[in-house]
Amino acid sequence: MARFDGKAVLVTGANSGIGAATARAFGAEGARLMMTGFDAEAGAEVMAEINGAGGDSRFIHGDLTDPMFRDGLIDRVVAELGRLDVLCNNAGVNRRGQVQELSHEDYRLIMTVNIETVFALSRAAIPVMREQGGGAIVNTASELGETATANIPAYCSSKGAVVQLTRAMALEHAREGIRINAICPGPVMTDLLAGGKDEAYLTQTAEAVPMGRIGEPHEIAPAILFLASDEASFMTGAMMIVDGGVTAG
Amino acid sequence: MARFDGRTVLITGANSGIGAASARAFGAEGARLMLTGNDGEEGAAVAADINDAGGDAQFIQGDLMDRGFREGLVDCTVAELGRLDVLFNNAGVGHGGTVEDMPMADYQLVMTVNLEAPFALCRAAIPVMKAQGGGVIVNTASELGTVATKRAVAYCASKGGVILMTRAMALDHARDGIRINAICPGPVDTALLYDGNDDPVAGETPMNRIGEVGEIAPAVLFLASDDASFMTGATMIVDGGATA
Repeated sequence: MARFDGKAVLVTGANSGIGAATARAFGAEGARLMMTGFDAEAGAEVMAEINGAGGDSRFIHGDLTDPMFRDGLIDRVVAELGRLDVLCNNAGVNRRGQVQELSHEDYRLIMTVNIETVFALSRAAIPVMREQGGGAIVNTASELGETATANIPAYCSSKGAVVQLTRAMALEHAREGIRINAICPGPVMTDLLAGGKDEAYLTQTAEAVPMGRIGEPHEIAPAILFLASDEASFMTGAMMIVDGGVTAG
Repeated sequence: MARFDGRTVLITGANSGIGAASARAFGAEGARLMLTGNDGEEGAAVAADINDAGGDAQFIQGDLMDRGFREGLVDCTVAELGRLDVLFNNAGVGHGGTVEDMPMADYQLVMTVNLEAPFALCRAAIPVMKAQGGGVIVNTASELGTVATKRAVAYCASKGGVILMTRAMALDHARDGIRINAICPGPVDTALLYDGNDDPVAGETPMNRIGEVGEIAPAVLFLASDDASFMTGATMIVDGGATA
């Protein structure tokens, strides 16, 4: 009996990075998966891999900045899978630059994908979970929701908002059997971190981690599955920091 | 293949509560266990339970207030089991009181068991783990290491110390392959919760219940396992939402 046998799980941003690794791990533990992402080709590959390994997944291509797509997503999942046991709000974007260098459009994009979407999907999922008698939400925040760094002010503020949204929603729904937690990854080898960066940047980033290396997506997925599982039955409103020691000092 | 097949695990405070639940869980996942605690009868029963279920556990009775015992414990474990993969500093005591009315002896007991003993065990364990090429330490801190409550002044201070000790040691040894993390349980149904605690309302959480020891052990095993390979210096809060 796997931990997620028969459970209906939605993962956003599942076409790459932490989302794809998480989807594969859920698929291997018996979940019935709905995945979304903005890259249809990469998403179809992840789905084919999971199903090829005996999993049960489907992928919907869509853009979370499109309110029609976003606001209809939970209903589509419930229509397809019959219920929603786990919501992983994982999709995230970043744009680098100091506050005066970021355009209004950059800011709006980051805040829409990283925080407004978490709010909107949770807003739609909570009544479904309450009706079912419970559920789990796992949000992908960041170590940069707890401490800041230079040149990514919008990303930091969006992730700080995810941390506090997680805590606030957890308090509101703790007595309804809905657990809401977040993971705070440190630097992880994903497109978001490494896309378009040179070797020097990656070496410097690794050196700044007490463990001396950048994490891999498959080192984050187990934390998400733990929080989504019954093993975390007394956890809600918690931040699980998986950062190689970055925020310890 | 279980997560802890063949790995050696030392657990303090294993005769009851979170320690006993974690020992059972490690035992069920293949660990070779050294258990210690202050109650010889209870501890022997926990070890017998684990061994009856097909596990591999032994128990040494001892008092962590005894400097000779705590400073020899890691060597004794290595002598028995050949190596030390996981150290779970779990033993803890609580004494109710304010700074005014708490006897110094109570303060010293709480600080020694909760903070000095983990320091002493880490001090002995880290060279062993370094020589092996790695290892994991999990410390039992508390939600009361991050926020305070009334009439638990020494306990709060000791647990705050455990959290920062965890972070500091994690930084020092991150590149030695040694991961050091802590769990921060909220109110859990153990003898410690009721010790000197005349106010059962302390058990209230946003989940509207206190936790069970079986709900804390999985977090300990997660941190001790390779599933947490990129985690060090972290505090995992398992408190039913109390500190949210």
